[in-house]
Amino acid sequence: MENLIGWLVAAPLLGAAVLLCGGKRLDRLGHWLGTLLAAASFVIGAVLFLDMLGEDEHHRAMHQHLFSWIPVGGFQADVAFQLDQLSMTFVLLITGVGTLIHIYSIGYMEHDERRRRFFGYLNLFLAAMLLLVIADNYLLLYVGWEGVGLASYLLIGFWQHKPSAATAAKKAFLVNRVGDVGLSIAIMLMFTTFGTFTFGPVLEATGETSEGKLTAIGLMLLLAACGKSAQVPLQSWLGDAMEGPTPVSALIHAATMVTAGVYLITRSGAIFNAAPDAQTAVVTVGAVTLIFGAIIGCAKDDIKKALAGSTMSQIGYMILAAGLGPIGYVFAIMHLVTHGFFKAGLFLGAGSVMHGMNDEVDMRKYGGLRKYMPITFITFGLGYLAIIGFPGLSGFFSKDKIIEAAFAKGGTEGWILGLTTLLGAAITAYYMTRVMLLTFFGEERWRNAATRSPNAPSAEPAAETRGEHAEPHPHESPKSMTIPMIVLAFGSVFAGGLFSVGDRFVHWLEPVTGHDHGDSPLSATTVTLSTVAVLIVGVSLAWAQYGRKPVPVVAPRGSLLTRAARRDLLQDDFNHVVLVRGGEHLTRSLVYVDHKLVDGVVNGTAASVGGLSGRLRRLQNGYARSYAVSMFGGTAVLIAATLLMRAV
Amino acid sequence: MSFPLLTAMAVVPAVGALVTAAIPAAQRTTAKWVALLFSLVTLVLAAVTLVRFDPDSEDAYQLTESHAWIADFGVRYELGVDGIAVVLVALTALLIPFVILAGWNDADPPASSVHDKHDKHVKHEAADEVVTQGRWRPTQGFFALILMVEAMVILSFEATDVFLFYVFFEAMLIPMYFLIGGFGDRAGQLSEEETATQRSYAAVKFLLYNLAGGLIMLAAVVGLYAVTADDLGTGTFSLQQIAEARASGQLDISTNTERLLFLGFFFAFAVKAPLWPLHTWLPNAMGESTTPVAVLITAVVDKVGTFAMLRFCLQLFPEASKWATPVILVLAVISIIYGALLAVGQRDIKRLVAYASISHFGFIILGIFAMTSQGQNGATLYMVNHGISTAALMLVAGFLISRRGSRLIADYGGVQKVAPVLAGTFLIGGLATLSLPGLAPFISEFLVLVGTFSRYPAIGIIATVGIVLAALYVLVLYQRTMTGPVKAGIEGMPDLKARELTVVVPLIALLVFLGVYPKPVTDMIDPAVGRTLSVVDKQDPKPDVPAQDVEAAK
Repeated sequence: MENLIGWLVAAPLLGAAVLLCGGKRLDRLGHWLGTLLAAASFVIGAVLFLDMLGEDEHHRAMHQHLFSWIPVGGFQADVAFQLDQLSMTFVLLITGVGTLIHIYSIGYMEHDERRRRFFGYLNLFLAAMLLLVIADNYLLLYVGWEGVGLASYLLIGFWQHKPSAATAAKKAFLVNRVGDVGLSIAIMLMFTTFGTFTFGPVLEATGETSEGKLTAIGLMLLLAACGKSAQVPLQSWLGDAMEGPTPVSALIHAATMVTAGVYLITRSGAIFNAAPDAQTAVVTVGAVTLIFGAIIGCAKDDIKKALAGSTMSQIGYMILAAGLGPIGYVFAIMHLVTHGFFKAGLFLGAGSVMHGMNDEVDMRKYGGLRKYMPITFITFGLGYLAIIGFPGLSGFFSKDKIIEAAFAKGGTEGWILGLTTLLGAAITAYYMTRVMLLTFFGEERWRNAATRSPNAPSAEPAAETRGEHAEPHPHESPKSMTIPMIVLAFGSVFAGGLFSVGDRFVHWLEPVTGHDHGDSPLSATTVTLSTVAVLIVGVSLAWAQYGRKPVPVVAPRGSLLTRAARRDLLQDDFNHVVLVRGGEHLTRSLVYVDHKLVDGVVNGTAASVGGLSGRLRRLQNGYARSYAVSMFGGTAVLIAATLLMRAV
Repeated sequence: MSFPLLTAMAVVPAVGALVTAAIPAAQRTTAKWVALLFSLVTLVLAAVTLVRFDPDSEDAYQLTESHAWIADFGVRYELGVDGIAVVLVALTALLIPFVILAGWNDADPPASSVHDKHDKHVKHEAADEVVTQGRWRPTQGFFALILMVEAMVILSFEATDVFLFYVFFEAMLIPMYFLIGGFGDRAGQLSEEETATQRSYAAVKFLLYNLAGGLIMLAAVVGLYAVTADDLGTGTFSLQQIAEARASGQLDISTNTERLLFLGFFFAFAVKAPLWPLHTWLPNAMGESTTPVAVLITAVVDKVGTFAMLRFCLQLFPEASKWATPVILVLAVISIIYGALLAVGQRDIKRLVAYASISHFGFIILGIFAMTSQGQNGATLYMVNHGISTAALMLVAGFLISRRGSRLIADYGGVQKVAPVLAGTFLIGGLATLSLPGLAPFISEFLVLVGTFSRYPAIGIIATVGIVLAALYVLVLYQRTMTGPVKAGIEGMPDLKARELTVVVPLIALLVFLGVYPKPVTDMIDPAVGRTLSVVDKQDPKPDVPAQDVEAAK
């Protein structure tokens, strides 16, 4: 059975190779092949899962050693896999949601002439993400880690003929690379500290080393997690990543990529548990991001960007939970899984709305769509209820647990974190209600207005190729798109309850991550009631602003905060001024320095010794005679030197 | 006596050069095939050498040959390979056929000078040396020179006699000079005359820089002879003899002498490698020469410099090497960051790759002088991987440049729309250059970084900035040339042809293979690196809490 583990990665990787190298012959069948191989990976995952359930809970980890990868001196890296309960959870999420997104894309990308390549990239994405979660050492994890970066680069920039897409793709890769530096330094630190970077030995040896070393490793791992999971200060790529086709957003935000940081921190739990300072840094990053993302989510009129802000915020919850240590690991992962369902559902729903609305993304030009796309409305609505934490739905169980865990951290820190998560829950309820109201309720603001002027660059250029610029005719999407949405809606509704009955999820993960109830100053009931209370406040506020009054088609100027939030809280302006401008000046002056100064000084020094510079200058005249002379000179020196040596 | 395999590997391309040069002007195509054939035979011999080489052997050098040459002062014709040399010889033999194939049409006499009288006239003005059409044989010359360089590079890797090495190290400048100065690509915005001027400037700069390095080295070579003559009675240039004499205490070089000799050798290798601030000849040379020659410079010839640091600097002057290490490490880190920043600022595709190479050579030198087994294994592997990845990126760039007739990045845009295969292979070459895991260069770069970090954490961390900058210059290059709307002049650009695919596909396959399974190469290198480190008497730093011990304790 253990020999199957490698096939989890091999199946989608094979798909990517065949689809990308296969050429036009595969255009007609490529999307089916890609979907089939993603599904195959899911089936393998399910088989392994059943096998795992048959084992007693402390002997569920499976290992597969394929070959020795980099054997050099004391440095031994292997291609070997480890599948335990934590990895298994991710495998099922990645392949399950991933397969649904593949199916959805068959319909969504139907009119794109490069659909085969799109499926190749999707398969590559799955393969890289699966490698990331089943690797048994940090270096192999790093391969998957950067592989995910590559796949996201290719997919965000899928419509490369649009300069904005190409720029967004490059930005995502670069920001991620900054995080990757963190991971590579962490691996180097592990190697110099422990002499290895395989999970087992490293995590077992944490008790034997100094806290300072572990804090350094922990902070570097956090930097890596910030890059992949779009946490402050490396969050700026996520909003721009919306340049990719919508199924890509669903894949990045729900099943893959942004969840990688949460995986990394949870996997490295033993390191963080022994380094409280690093944990404080983790919860701080999580808390800041969860508010930061939520504020951005409130101000965006672009439906995908509002959802992107929401992802940032929800991942913030997970990072915060992971930073709490054994109190939070299980709930970080549980929220990750439920979030995988509802966020994928929300993004696919958003794609379905755009599909029916000539690829319009501005929610101010939506309104009253519930009549025209009932399935999208219901599935999106269930995802909405799940994410705001409506009692009984998935998000309610998982988010409530994180809030409880935050209080359970204890002391002032516990209060600060707990209140921050509650505030986040209120803002979440507000901005998601806003999205819901703007899109599906109210006036039909798209009537009598061409949704898009032909001059404005479209986010989804499929519309341009179809030449639709007239008034939209909202309609429900084809079955290949609605079925995945329905499946995900089921997950959004039931997954949380299913996991929470009898603390099943806690028991499932506990052998790997450990679990601790902490010491909460508030009873569970108080926390739940507060959660529901802030939920009602958030929804009511949004209703007062967007439900009761008509919504203007052109956004009002708004307060200073709103304007800043629309510009992603000025993060890009900062990056532009400091990094882009500064970098341009630096490289330009260096080019000048290299040409004038370094070259000049070296030539000049040589000139004072052997007349090099003068000769160089004279030799620019380009006449063959001159080279002949210099050649002759060189040879003569050579011969003279040889003769001289004879004399020695 | 067994078949002199090492000599044969150099003789075959040398003979090939003579045969190619002798082919009559009219039979250009024959000349190309002959050159390719000889390079392939060399490749076969290299493969045989790899098989015959025993990585686990106790001997420092294998497949050795030794003959008296200039008996008067102890110069011998001594060849031998260790694990490091044998993979570099193999790399050279492997790349040359691709270089020849990629440059298939680069040295054809311009069609215009046959058909278009006007252009022919211009040509006459530009270079006053054009002889009558009948005797003018640039094609034959081009391929003969490439084979000549191959022969000399291979001998430099094989020579275990310092003087023998010196001769070929210097002699290879001559064919390289003519390759750079004589065959530019016809892709300038400037007039023919200005291009020719720039080209000759680049060629002369290349020659003078390297000659200056070589002359200083010559002084050190003479000095070495004098020192050995003093201590041993008879002077010698044999690496093995010197090493043995040092080990037995017979040869005792005073600290100052050793340092001076080291500097003399190192200077020459640092020019060749090239190390900041001696790098400025490289962008000129790579920019002005045709892309196959640019690949020859950076992927093959420059490797002799870094290889020689490992073989000669470290093994002849271990104490001085350790003495100079701090300065060299700083220069290497400057090269890494400086080269990458300048690559970001370039407007010319070929100069961009040249500066990227300077950054990569910084990594190689860093790995060598970190003096850890990871660092030196990484550095050697880096030489191989950089050769392959730069060849892939640069040769595809060459195919691109030849289609549009411009080296300027700004002249391109949207190529992936019209020539997706070209864009795809270019991207893979670029991803290899930025050391994406899964492709070969990642492994060597990571080993160099780990090896450096374990002894000099601060320097290791600064060097990681190079990882981010590499992503920047590669992706900016890709974005500006390949994505966006299709630029004017790009519309009808044809995709890669069969010959071009033959060049690119095997290189990419090799990058993937060595990225996934580098063991065959590391198995060759690892024992040789161990020997080098024992000569310099350096051990890897021990981990604080070896995880094995913790496990054993439980």
